[in-house]
Amino acid sequence: MLAYIIRRILQSVLVMLVVALVSFALFRFVGDPINSMVGQEASIADREALRDQLGLNDPFLSQFATFVTRAAQGDFGISYRLQQPVMELILSRLPATLELALVSGVLAFVFGVGFGVYTALRRNGWVSNTIMTVSLIGVSLPTFLIGVLLIWVFAVELQWLPSFGRGETVEIGGWTTGFLTPTGRASLILPAITLGLYQMTLIMRLVRAEMLEVLRTDYIKFARARGLSNRAVNFGHALKNTMVPVITITGLQLGSIIAFAIITETVFQWPGVGALFINSVRFVDVPVMAAYLMMIALVFVIINLIVDLLYYAVDPRLRVDRAATRH
Amino acid sequence: MTDALLSVRNLRVEFPTRRGVLTAIDDVSFDIMPGEVLGVVGESGAGKSLTGAAIIGLLEPPGRIAGGEILLKGERIDNLGAEAMRRIRGKRIGMVFQDPLTSLNPLYTVAQQLIETIRTHADISESEARKKAIALLDRVGIPAAARRIDDYPHHFSGGMRQRVVIALALCAEPELVIADEPTTALDVSVQSQIIDLIKEICAERGAAVMLITHDMGVIAETADRVAVLYAGRIAEIGPVRQVITAPEHPYTAGLMGSIPTLTQTDARLVQIPGAMPRLNAIPQGCAFNPRCEKAFDRCFKERPAPVLRDADGRKVACWLYDAIDTPAKEQANG
Ligand SMILES: Nc1ncnc2c1ncn2[C@@H]1O[C@H](COP(=O)(O)OP(=O)(O)OP(=O)(O)O)[C@@H](O)[C@H]1O
Ligand code: SF4
Ligand SMILES: [Mg+2]
Repeated sequence: MLAYIIRRILQSVLVMLVVALVSFALFRFVGDPINSMVGQEASIADREALRDQLGLNDPFLSQFATFVTRAAQGDFGISYRLQQPVMELILSRLPATLELALVSGVLAFVFGVGFGVYTALRRNGWVSNTIMTVSLIGVSLPTFLIGVLLIWVFAVELQWLPSFGRGETVEIGGWTTGFLTPTGRASLILPAITLGLYQMTLIMRLVRAEMLEVLRTDYIKFARARGLSNRAVNFGHALKNTMVPVITITGLQLGSIIAFAIITETVFQWPGVGALFINSVRFVDVPVMAAYLMMIALVFVIINLIVDLLYYAVDPRLRVDRAATRH
Repeated sequence: MTDALLSVRNLRVEFPTRRGVLTAIDDVSFDIMPGEVLGVVGESGAGKSLTGAAIIGLLEPPGRIAGGEILLKGERIDNLGAEAMRRIRGKRIGMVFQDPLTSLNPLYTVAQQLIETIRTHADISESEARKKAIALLDRVGIPAAARRIDDYPHHFSGGMRQRVVIALALCAEPELVIADEPTTALDVSVQSQIIDLIKEICAERGAAVMLITHDMGVIAETADRVAVLYAGRIAEIGPVRQVITAPEHPYTAGLMGSIPTLTQTDARLVQIPGAMPRLNAIPQGCAFNPRCEKAFDRCFKERPAPVLRDADGRKVACWLYDAIDTPAKEQANG
């Protein structure tokens, strides 16, 4: 078990190093940072001096090593565009994104699993068929279109919910939260649905497919043949077995919510890191882009790690240590 | 009415499909007496498993019982509601499936699965159920049962897992156990142990057994009576000794020709030329007529029904044989 965790953590570090390499490459290949920092009229000598000062003339490896060391300490330099430390920028906008992602993730998971189980158990009912049809629309419509549609219906026509921004926020120990104010909560609804809908339909279809598969297995038939109640068979046995493979994909889906937040944040003018990233791309603000890339990678790596450990906890067959000694 | 434990009367199982209704079981009748072992044999697709599923009320839709009745101790169980039937499953009729590797839920320990089943059917405490489970595991031959009970299924070998499955099927003390090819998926070396175990433990508890198998050798050693199924119908049914030593139906005779010799263990060969017809292509008249050497005019026109052949209750569905005159008492007996 311990060896397994250590191995997985080492793998994660390796992944992060590769991503760091890509981020670092951004600096060298996307635009010239010097151009972004000095005006058109700066002389070549001035530029060279700045280059030396920034260490841009050092050998590749030592530059990379510096980048990684600083990144590990949360230092991604200064934003070209806003002239503020990148980390500060990201941290100030992270709560908005994390709260949005959290609410979407919970929505996607709860409704995804709920609908998935329901449609698997009531395979041919009209409610199930309706859910399945609607979910097809959910998968095939692009996120921004869903966002625009929701804004049109609930913000413009019905005027029930705000169409942009976070509403009022409260700051608690450096963390700005929208959970504690009515406008903050109302503002969360539309973007959270927009962001979570796609993941929800994916999770739902996955759960449904997996559960139908499990319901056909011999151990479910045998459980029924032993006279266990429907509830025990469906939820005690079938659901648990369904969740084993679902955990992995669901975990990855939740991770990708943070990545997908870019589009939703743009549509709803949500002041999160996704919107920050889009603006950075427009201005070729490489330090912010690099930091964002690393942050998303870190989120994926951490979620992956948690998912693997969960998987291990749920499925006894993976705990080989005990099995090997007995037969 | 007889004192049969289980009575299957004119059972008919159908699958409605887009291209019409398929009749998978047609007019099947037999009885199982308390404590009796009834062997059920037939080629793959003959309808053995479907018969078992129909009895225990687990036909998978769209399959359905379209006719006939099933009686347990004289009471109909084929038309019970879902909840009433659930109470019979496990409690009065137990079931052992073919593949022990897939019959147990991999995510629960043997203890969890046994205790859950025991407590579903009896109002006893967790610790009492556990004691009972350990005793049962011990009885089915799991060494160090008290310790092994907390292992997961994948910690056991195939033969051991089938013992666990048997314990699970028997843990609510059913009156009838349906064992559907309980050894087909097992190593040859443990097959006879498992068959012996089923036979012994059921005898001990007075449970009757419906033993579905391809293996005529197993039937010969284990069963009291045997039913030979062909294309969803009973070809011949009767006491094992009579049917095996003097088969009457040409299909049974062919099957006997395929009983393995002592050195040959694969009993699945059927040495009758041709194959069993598919459900949508069952010929008119006797279903066996395309493969039967003795077929004559009548076999292609009319379908033979099982008729009583002797005082021991053997029945044969073949135009070569006429019913004997018997007292009414025998007629009623399946
Ligand atoms: N869902 C279904 N739809 C249509 N036909 C089916 C279905 N399930 C079973 N059958 C048919 O019913 C017939 C009997 O099947 P059954 O499983 O009872 O055979 P069996 O005698 O147990 O064979 P085996 O020895 O292979 O287990 C087969 O011809 C099979 O094709
Ligand atoms: S009825 Fe005819 S075809 Fe059928 S088994 Fe008897 S002799 Fe053969
Ligand atoms: Mg079968």
